[in-house]
Amino acid sequence: MRTDSLLTVSNVSKHFGGVVAVNGVTFKLKKGEVIGIIGPNGSGKTTLVNIITGFIRPDKGKIFFKGKDITGCPPYTITDMGIARTFQMIRPFYQLPAYKNLIPSLFSPRVRRLVGGKYGDRDAVAMDILEEVGFERDSSVPYKDARNLPHGYLKRLELGRCIALRPEVIILDELFSGMSIAEVTSTVPIIEKLRDEGIAIVMIEHRLLELFQITGHVLVLNFGRKIAEGTPEEVMNAPEVKEAYLGSEDVAKEEIGC
Amino acid sequence: MTKRKERIDRGIKVRSDGIYALNSYREILYLAFPRLLPVVGLLAVVPFFSLYWQEVIASTAIYALLAVSWELLYMTGLISLGQSLFYGVGAYIAGALNASWGFPIYLTVPIATVGGGLLCALMLLPVLRLRGIYFAMVTLVLPLMFSRLVEATRILGGTNGLTGIDSFPNHWISFCLIQIALLVAFFGFRRLEGSDYGLVIKGINDNDRAIMSSGINIYWYKTQVLFLAGAVGCFAGAYGAHHDMFAGMPGFALDYSILPIAAAAVGGMGSFAGPLLGAFILVPLSEILRALGALRIVFYGLFLVFAVVGLPEGLFHFIRRKYEQIERWVEVDK
Repeated sequence: MRTDSLLTVSNVSKHFGGVVAVNGVTFKLKKGEVIGIIGPNGSGKTTLVNIITGFIRPDKGKIFFKGKDITGCPPYTITDMGIARTFQMIRPFYQLPAYKNLIPSLFSPRVRRLVGGKYGDRDAVAMDILEEVGFERDSSVPYKDARNLPHGYLKRLELGRCIALRPEVIILDELFSGMSIAEVTSTVPIIEKLRDEGIAIVMIEHRLLELFQITGHVLVLNFGRKIAEGTPEEVMNAPEVKEAYLGSEDVAKEEIGC
Repeated sequence: MTKRKERIDRGIKVRSDGIYALNSYREILYLAFPRLLPVVGLLAVVPFFSLYWQEVIASTAIYALLAVSWELLYMTGLISLGQSLFYGVGAYIAGALNASWGFPIYLTVPIATVGGGLLCALMLLPVLRLRGIYFAMVTLVLPLMFSRLVEATRILGGTNGLTGIDSFPNHWISFCLIQIALLVAFFGFRRLEGSDYGLVIKGINDNDRAIMSSGINIYWYKTQVLFLAGAVGCFAGAYGAHHDMFAGMPGFALDYSILPIAAAAVGGMGSFAGPLLGAFILVPLSEILRALGALRIVFYGLFLVFAVVGLPEGLFHFIRRKYEQIERWVEVDK
């Protein structure tokens, strides 16, 4: 496998019983690149993420990370190599204060290996990362139990957990869903910063406006099949996309505002 | 005008658990008192009891060890219905090493503790992927299986068990060993719980997928926890074998599985102090109730029901709340 791409998803398929969730999807992700994956509900986006991160084993196809076959590896091995993800259905540790939610990530073998055992105070590092994702440091917010935090904060907590892992690839599974407009607007620069730091990002998103602001490379799924790939303009003008995803041309124009 | 109960934390806690600002000896005492209570109680007060009650406390400590070990598994999300597996394995290893091969006590107990822990972790390794009730079922079956295996194959003394095991040189060594072991296990586990390691194992219970996505091998952590819990349980077994000078099928009996769970239920799950407290209530209580003869189990059962219904959070959490919070009734107008 060529090694110029960081993450290669090659012809991956998965079916649950009679339902084909993902059907022969192929794409490549380079270092520092952002790929947006869009598609209607049930088009197999989250399943694709679960396959890449090892939670689901694909029926067919292979996944390569830095030239190494990672198909069928357990999730913790894949994360250990440098692929971090957020969950669409948020999975915080509800009983713990927000900043303690990052401790398992900071305690992971990957991070301990990368920092060579000299992390200092994990709580302090956790607090820095939380500030990075928009938790007000001097307020009580980072100390509140996760169960008392609003949904938007929990979404960003998921992002913080990814950043704590110092990953090379971050997969964001509908990070913006459930966030308020203000929260989305303040989160976009965080993702742009990660991109500029050279982290490759896969973004699954329904908010096209913000997605197109971050990336110029979009992939469209429908019924588990990749129906288009390219720049936002190319994709939005592809007839299959208009028909399958956006329904009609008028709606498409409204959505992307052109 | 209605009234509402207001609860205020005593002002000693700063922001999060484990960080305290201490300004006076009174506050130090406030913190130290509950922590010193078990140490002073077990090592300084109990030795003045009658010999009979000292023996009761020693056997309580065995159950308390199993209960603390149960709590560690429970924290990790592994529900064990078979603590007797640990007890039996520990007892048989120590017994066989001593009675059949003549190993001295100072070797048999450590070997049974570490080796038994490894063995138990190894036996439960194949079912580590199971959670909740499925894992519980396997732990319930294993000790029953073992006792039938011993019965059918007549290994390890068969139904007669292993006799002629050395006892401890004297009563005080025996007594100190079990009390100190209990304190070490209790405070050691508490320390572990408070560390980042403890955060991870509690995270496995809460939300194992998130832990996996943090790049942590949850099965490796569960194995470590099984070893730790198993070693503590096996120590209790090894101690029991030398204490009773007998190791046999009763080691795999349900008593050793159910009592630790009852102790955790009465004392309060979610902390190590709860099961400890529970064990120190239930075992002596069952001794006191001996005076009632055949009705003992009835009253014992009634107590269990009332304790669990009356204080579902557990006695320890109730006491702790009263200790750490100031409660007062305040008026609220609608």
